[in-house]
Amino acid sequence: MSLTTAATLRVVLYEGTDSPPLASTDRFSALTALLEKGFAVTRAVAGGRVAPHERGSLLVLGQFAGRTPEAEGVTAGTTVHFQDITGLDAARIADAAEAVQAETGAARHGEWKPWFPVIDYDRCTNCMQCLSFCLFGVYGVDEQNKIQAQNHDNCKTNCPACSRVCPEAAIMFPKYKAGPINGDVVQDSDMGKEKMKIDISSLLGGDVYSQLRQRSDAAKARFSKERDDKKALAERQKCLTKLAQGGDIPMEVLMNLPAPEEILRRAEEAKAKAQAALAAQTK
Amino acid sequence: MPDAPRILYCHCQYAQVVPPEVKEAVLKQLSDSGVSFDAVADLCEMSARQDPSLKRLADGGPVKIAACFPRAVKWLFHTAKADLPLDTAEVLNMRVQSAEEITAALFNGAVQPNLPKGKVTATDAPKVVA
Ligand code: SF4
Ligand code: SF4
Repeated sequence: MSLTTAATLRVVLYEGTDSPPLASTDRFSALTALLEKGFAVTRAVAGGRVAPHERGSLLVLGQFAGRTPEAEGVTAGTTVHFQDITGLDAARIADAAEAVQAETGAARHGEWKPWFPVIDYDRCTNCMQCLSFCLFGVYGVDEQNKIQAQNHDNCKTNCPACSRVCPEAAIMFPKYKAGPINGDVVQDSDMGKEKMKIDISSLLGGDVYSQLRQRSDAAKARFSKERDDKKALAERQKCLTKLAQGGDIPMEVLMNLPAPEEILRRAEEAKAKAQAALAAQTK
Repeated sequence: MPDAPRILYCHCQYAQVVPPEVKEAVLKQLSDSGVSFDAVADLCEMSARQDPSLKRLADGGPVKIAACFPRAVKWLFHTAKADLPLDTAEVLNMRVQSAEEITAALFNGAVQPNLPKGKVTATDAPKVVA
């Protein structure tokens, strides 16, 4: 899935000349219904200030009573749709917006919970610990070898683990329950907190890579003839429960981690990426 | 009021971190206020998609934003390559402030910039009026 999309639809609820205001409850219900369907809505009244127009599609909703207005001053690259909402309830207004969304090919919303790391570059020192930690390829570097979150939808919903490996408390998840991960001010005590400085090795009580290697070697030796999947799974669960206890990582996230061999492979890959970026910084 | 700041409201649609009664009350008062404003379903989702509309929301001059923590909002816009103006943006925090405080600030006409400028510690952070 590519999250980055160019096509957007701006919905304008227009109350002004040739479109009398809606009743208070109708306006509130219409706004709520549109927002719940993921739309960006501009409520425009005569003389009011809103964000400027941009290229893309515009859907203007108003009580036009059959007189569809002419679009004026429309810039090239913008298409304007009008929808008379006289007598329509909130649900039908939202349906009408969805129909225009489908027609214009504008991005649909709400298919993914927006959970991803947001980096505070005032704090970040570009140490690449997050990049070498993440097994899901969320992080990468830009042309200047600066850390950035790149594959947002690879991030495991509700898992704030990488924010805990960041030595600067620079990684936020705005939808997290508590500060400073939710964006609240970083307190001096946060920096000292053991929890803020968790690294994956300590979560497993040692060097994760050698632990995993040992586990994998032991498993190979034990199950070389006939692999006992149940036992292997139990082993993995034991290891993952430890992870969950140390860093409030949701169990379902841990259960979806790849097999130890794959973890090792990805960890090596991420480490190599981080090392290359660090080496490029010192050039 | 040609110089009145614009208003942007975030509905935080895809999580339950903003108390529903606060966002409902803020949206209701905006809706009843007779002023123009922009409302978005979820700034986080737009940021992840690098939605080009964030650029116009950031670029249109002084703005007051009802959303969550100013530090989070600042970097969500940055992630979408749409930096907010540090000197003319004020973020009201629906996670910790009351609907009354937020609407009073939204309608008072003057922007009190509160985006963090540089590495902020607890001592120099802007205080939230309780
Ligand atoms: S771990 Fe923190 S300081 Fe290091 S690169 Fe990642 S975000 Fe920046
Ligand atoms: S910016 Fe804050 S209030 Fe808006 S969707 Fe993200 S977490 Fe919710």
